[in-house]
Amino acid sequence: MARALEKVSSGVAGLDELTHGGLPRGRPTLVCGGPGCGKTMLGLQFLVRGALDHGEPGVFLAFEETAEDLAVNVASVGWDLDALAAEGQLITDHVRIDPQHIQEAGAYDLEGLFVRLGADIAEIGARRVVIDTLEVLFASLRDQALLRAELRRLFAWLKEHGVTAMITAERGEGSLTRHGLEEYVSDCVLLLDHRVAHQVTTRRLRVVKYRGSAHATDETPFMIDEQGFRVMPLSSLRLEHEATAGVVSSGVPDLDAMFGIGGCYRGSSILITGTPGSAKTTIAGSFARTAAAGGQRALYMSLEESPAQLQRNLASVGVHFPEQVASGRLRLVSTRPSAYGLEEHLALLLHEVNDFEPDLVVLDPLSGYGLDGADRQAMLTRMIDLLKARSITGVFTGLLSSARDETDLGISSVIDTWLTLGNIERNGERTRTLAIVKARGMSHSNQVREFVLTDEGIELLDVYRRGGDVYTGAARRQRMEEDRA
Amino acid sequence: MTTPEPDAKWELRLYVAGQTPRAITALQNLERICEEHLAGRYTIEVIDLRERPQLARGDEIIAVPTLVRHLPEPMMKIIGDLSDTERVLVGLQLRQRPNRP
Repeated sequence: MARALEKVSSGVAGLDELTHGGLPRGRPTLVCGGPGCGKTMLGLQFLVRGALDHGEPGVFLAFEETAEDLAVNVASVGWDLDALAAEGQLITDHVRIDPQHIQEAGAYDLEGLFVRLGADIAEIGARRVVIDTLEVLFASLRDQALLRAELRRLFAWLKEHGVTAMITAERGEGSLTRHGLEEYVSDCVLLLDHRVAHQVTTRRLRVVKYRGSAHATDETPFMIDEQGFRVMPLSSLRLEHEATAGVVSSGVPDLDAMFGIGGCYRGSSILITGTPGSAKTTIAGSFARTAAAGGQRALYMSLEESPAQLQRNLASVGVHFPEQVASGRLRLVSTRPSAYGLEEHLALLLHEVNDFEPDLVVLDPLSGYGLDGADRQAMLTRMIDLLKARSITGVFTGLLSSARDETDLGISSVIDTWLTLGNIERNGERTRTLAIVKARGMSHSNQVREFVLTDEGIELLDVYRRGGDVYTGAARRQRMEEDRA
Repeated sequence: MTTPEPDAKWELRLYVAGQTPRAITALQNLERICEEHLAGRYTIEVIDLRERPQLARGDEIIAVPTLVRHLPEPMMKIIGDLSDTERVLVGLQLRQRPNRP
């Protein structure tokens, strides 16, 4: 009977998710990627978190960077490698190989490396080892056949010592690694990618192989910032969100009345779509203001207007922010969409959510996040998922290129409530309309309602029906006149 | 690279990991070469990393056997059982390297 593979946390929460528990215990994991893609950082986090969170001391065998280099690189993340070393939780051993001064004069083996690593491991009782990067040996030693034999011996040696090892390697042209290390380290292989698309840097990670374990196979975005190495998996398929009780008001009583429960569910996702100028921001702003006025915290993230612009525009239609902003319950954040890559937008949202702990978040507009297609859809799904997982009500606005009941955002299936705004042109005038396309979990009005923007706010007009027709705008007024007569 | 002073005292260290046949071969080769080229002005210290593992780190030893010339400066390293005499001589600067273009 096969024993379940034992795993150790990788030190990166999102990566543990992708690998269903972490890296294989007591085995070597290969991490390959191009220069600057984050291999060293991942290795350090694996050891630091291993020591701090799991009581597993670690050895970092560094072939390229010195111990000082490494300490400086991670100081911005807040890890004190020197302190960890002093406490016997970490050894950073820089192996200096200077190819110019090494002469090969006869047969040799790499036992010195084994002795050195063995002494390091024994000194602190290390359970984790990172070797970064073996490529340097290939560059320095001429006897490649010997090197390969010794590497094979090294990985067997690591297994014997029961340490969980992470081995970094350079990406190859035709093969996974430049020197074919994947032949020797094949229990678990991770690939880090670092590419620039549309002038935006994007980092992606993929579990290429994981012997004996299920794992996610898609490329997943990751980031390296002041919190370290962070992976953001697409987890909406888990659908573990708890259903939340509580009703959220839009601030427009007649709109609330169109919903079976008198508003939207707290913690749900609400999408407001419409053509330009259809008052999406007005309604989104109304949700935010109402939440803040009711004692909750609302975060409004705008990709089109500055806070001042936004407040001014909303004030003209009766949605007043200043009081709520002053009370600290309403926070306005404006970001330029082109300033960040998708991952950074997500990180910014995460940061604001952690910092402000809002009950409701507005993202206006979603279509402002730039780029198109699968990348954006995946990122939007992640953002929506982030909010749902924390039971935060999400209000999102989206642009419709024409007045159809479709969006090109590709997220309508993960949205709970969908409100669409329109403009009907008839008889030389334009009339504003709104309608509920979908409201999961409740009954709702399916009428298309006319509304106007006054300086007191949004007012829905009563539906005027006569003889099976609905009248709006001037035709409505005319018909009402005729009926009164 | 300048050749060392003719009268300088040589300090050589041979790092091994246990008394393996290769280690013994290296020592024998080294003694032979030293007698022939450095008679009377050298010392050889054999360091067994099995007994003093911390020196692997201190002296940056990865391969064994490794011969390190501590004096005269600059420090030179040669790895292997030293059976390639020419290489050893070049590495110790006892033989000039052929001129390169």
